[in-house]
Amino acid sequence: MNSFFKRRYIIQGIFILVALILLGRLYYIQIVDDRYKLSADNNVLRKLIIYPARGVILDRHGKVLVQNEPVYDLMIIPGQVEEMDTLEFCELINISKHDFDKAFKKAKNYSPYRSSIFQKQLSAITYAAFQEKLFEYPGFYVQNRSVRFYPDSTAAQFLGYIGEVNDREIEKYDGFYGQGDYIGKTGIEKSYEDLLRGQRGVRNIMVDVHNREQGSFFEGKYDSTAVAGDNLISSLDKELQLFGESLMVNKIGSVVAIEPSTGEILASISSPSYDPNMMVGRQRGNNYMKLLNNPFKPMFIRPIQAEYPPGSIFKVINALVAQEMGIINPNTYFHCPGGYRYGRNGWMGCTHVHGTINLEQSIEESCNTYYGYTYNRMIDHTEMRPVNAYSRWRNMVKKFGIGNILDIDLPAERPGLIPTADYYTKRFSNDKWTSSFNMSLSIGQGELGITPLQMANVMAIVANRGFYYKPHLIKAMGDKKIIKKEYTKKNDAGIQVKYFDTVIEGMSRVVNAPNGTAYNAKINDIEICGKTGTVQNPHGENHSVFVAFAPRINPKIAIAVVVENAGYGATWSAPIASLMIEKYLKDSISRPKYYTDRLLNANLLPGQKKLYYKPSNKKDSTAASEVKRLNAVPIIKQKIN
Amino acid sequence: MNNQNRSFFFNVDYITIFLYLCLVAIGWFNIHAAVYNEDEALINLSSNSGKQLIYIVVAIIAAIVILLLDAKFFLTFAPVFYGITILLLIAVLIVGRNVGGNQAWIPIGNFRLQPSEFAKWATSLLLARHLGVMNTKLSDLKTLLPTLGILGLPVLLIILQPDAGSALVFISLIFVLYREGLSPYFLIGGALMVLLFVVTLLYPKLYIIIGLILVVAFLIYQFRRNRKLITVFVIGMVLSLLFIFSVDFVYTSILKTHQKVRIDLILGKVTDLRGVGYNVNQSKIAIGSGGLTGKGYLQGTQTKFNFVPEQSTDFIFCTVGEEWGFIGSFVVIGLYVFLLLRIIHLAERQRSSFGRVYGYAVACIIFCHFFVNIGMTIGIMPVIGIPLPFLSYGGSSLLSFTILLFTLIKFDSNRLGIV
Repeated sequence: MNSFFKRRYIIQGIFILVALILLGRLYYIQIVDDRYKLSADNNVLRKLIIYPARGVILDRHGKVLVQNEPVYDLMIIPGQVEEMDTLEFCELINISKHDFDKAFKKAKNYSPYRSSIFQKQLSAITYAAFQEKLFEYPGFYVQNRSVRFYPDSTAAQFLGYIGEVNDREIEKYDGFYGQGDYIGKTGIEKSYEDLLRGQRGVRNIMVDVHNREQGSFFEGKYDSTAVAGDNLISSLDKELQLFGESLMVNKIGSVVAIEPSTGEILASISSPSYDPNMMVGRQRGNNYMKLLNNPFKPMFIRPIQAEYPPGSIFKVINALVAQEMGIINPNTYFHCPGGYRYGRNGWMGCTHVHGTINLEQSIEESCNTYYGYTYNRMIDHTEMRPVNAYSRWRNMVKKFGIGNILDIDLPAERPGLIPTADYYTKRFSNDKWTSSFNMSLSIGQGELGITPLQMANVMAIVANRGFYYKPHLIKAMGDKKIIKKEYTKKNDAGIQVKYFDTVIEGMSRVVNAPNGTAYNAKINDIEICGKTGTVQNPHGENHSVFVAFAPRINPKIAIAVVVENAGYGATWSAPIASLMIEKYLKDSISRPKYYTDRLLNANLLPGQKKLYYKPSNKKDSTAASEVKRLNAVPIIKQKIN
Repeated sequence: MNNQNRSFFFNVDYITIFLYLCLVAIGWFNIHAAVYNEDEALINLSSNSGKQLIYIVVAIIAAIVILLLDAKFFLTFAPVFYGITILLLIAVLIVGRNVGGNQAWIPIGNFRLQPSEFAKWATSLLLARHLGVMNTKLSDLKTLLPTLGILGLPVLLIILQPDAGSALVFISLIFVLYREGLSPYFLIGGALMVLLFVVTLLYPKLYIIIGLILVVAFLIYQFRRNRKLITVFVIGMVLSLLFIFSVDFVYTSILKTHQKVRIDLILGKVTDLRGVGYNVNQSKIAIGSGGLTGKGYLQGTQTKFNFVPEQSTDFIFCTVGEEWGFIGSFVVIGLYVFLLLRIIHLAERQRSSFGRVYGYAVACIIFCHFFVNIGMTIGIMPVIGIPLPFLSYGGSSLLSFTILLFTLIKFDSNRLGIV
């Protein structure tokens, strides 16, 4: 003991103080702060996602439209890569040294210890060649995955495509998808995503610091197996779809065919189209940009997104609405002096001097004057003010599925357009306007927008005599073949059955009577009822439109064909519709070959001379100088509108 | 002397031995857990835990030998031990094997001798002899200078290896000197230096100087009647200012890059979880994921799957923290505190100042290892590679700590005799 004895307490105090500091810090990191727990899980736990097979899409007869095909992703763990013959490696998987360096750097930056994709989607052939040499390259391995494959390259815009999720989608689905997962981006792939994708399985494994597997976590207690996605049965008829697509080659426009008794879409063609296989594989990015930059906009889904004034086919609707209103009846006659005079000095020309004609003839011969009178009476000569009468008329037209989306099972459908009374009140600065202010609506021109799908649906309504089912592309889902309830519900168009007789008779005469506007679409033993339309297009050539259903008794198909910038409805659209109907109903074409060839080979893209082209041996379009005018094809007698 | 002949267990402090055995046992179980592999037998002499078992046996034999020896032996031969370790420290610089940047080991067969571990013991002994034999006053330069020489020589040689961690342990012996009468200004000065060093690295110099001047002005005002204190304050301030300006020099010129980075990491100036910060981050993850009760013995994923480097040696505490949680950590720290206080108790009950000085030296050395090592694993000290006494894997470390501790127990058992 000496005089500094008390200093032992200071030293003891310091020891205890330090121990308390250590304990305090331990308390903080072990009990208060739980981020270390998470980091520990991140260290050892690897969630292996087991991807289920995506559902297959079949056509209405069970033929495959989309299926899965295995591809092989080349994976890398940079930390395990050893000295290697880079050049041989590059040759094997068909990339340049530059690409190799880039991919390697990218993987290394991501993580030297964790695996990442080195090269996406090796083809089966590349994989086969590479597989034998794989053992020479430690740090590389191959992972199976499946991609979409379209055996017939058909219906690209409607089937849609899948792609890697983006950040917005990851956020939207709140953790369901992770970086690198695939999701339906457009079309059926998108709208039926939750059925097609199936259920992903998870396998939790533990790894050591070198990322070597060390067994399953809690004996697989938190693991789950993958459940394959549901198969979908489309309403499309693959043969009809392919035939329609071939008819629409080198034309801009749409064909939509609906089965009136169910609302099932039999064919839906948006032209120009593209090969859906372009949206799969390594070239996807390039192809996507090519399609995006194509002036004819192949990504634009014309049947549900293109809105046209309907033209003369709208007369069918006006004829039905006017009858329902009691304005006209089958025996209502108007006199056509070759046009209709309205307002102070308005004049709506007609194609012919029709003389005195009735309702049936007005459809058959597409008389503008008749509908001028009819529209005038519906709007101006009722018990209400024209503004209100217009609203009533508009509501009745809307019941045909115009002005709202039909809610088809595809994303991005457009509603079409039918202006409100307020629109005109605003436009004419007061509500004292009359039918003469928007007379063009009487014949389907002016401020109207109708999608080809809506046109076909109108035909389904006429075929059904007053109702329709929601048009849809998927008729049954999954193994149990479930049909969505909404597709079995009748939608009423608000027109009594009796008013259809005369209109249908008129439409039958359009095709079957020698002076009908679409006599060239007549098929001998099928009674087609149709209506031509020629849509005035301020930007260029008129659009050719034809709508129809067939057969007249017990209709099986309702169809709308729009060919942009092609002129008269009867010239292009009606023959295309006629062929489609015959193909669907009889599965064979009775027409002479030249009839079909003329349609198959015509190039009606804007910027082309309006000629009937002889098929050239050279596919190159620069061979235009070699094409001759073909006089062999009879110029069909046409009735304008 | 007669006492000893009866039994070497006579008068030994069983509490200290019990604490020692507890820590060694905990150490072995955790080393086993750190290298645990389900496929292997429980005891495999080629694995770390198997080897540690051998080291433990060797250490216990050494302990018994020490207890059998005459206490006078250590006192008499202290200068010889000191001389031998100094020679070994010189030898290690010449023939030593360089492991991980430190030239600290002399390979002898399969065993690697680390002279710096034994230098602690020899230096403690000589220090005790120097301060204990003569009637010393540490305020006296005649005593102080040789004392500093005894400490300084091994520190210098160890720094040359370079092994900053072990050198730091010698600096902790300042507490011994303090206990023996060294002016408290040295302690306060040392603490101030550490504080100023950290602060200077963290904040702009101008602020620190202004702050320093304000503090000194305040102190002078408070003690304005005490001329002596005012002188001390002014001298302190001048020295502090000099120190502040020398920090940059020390930091940039004397410290090695890896040391600088480690200091920067602990100060939060850099974060680099994949590179130099990897060890500490993984260590914190392992300990932090233990929670209150831990993951259970042999269930620690971080240590078992090698996420923590050096997990049997310097980072052995990670296994404790991960598998036994806060409760286990608490127990281990409690055992150390208990042991340290017990050693001070033993030291204080020595009749001779020789025994007391040696006891304090043992306490300081164990304390320094304990604080720096655990502090490093939980990220409040820079990474300094010194082992955790009795727990860490390693023959040199276990043996030298055993010798260190049991020499004290021997002195203590003999305290009633004449030394």
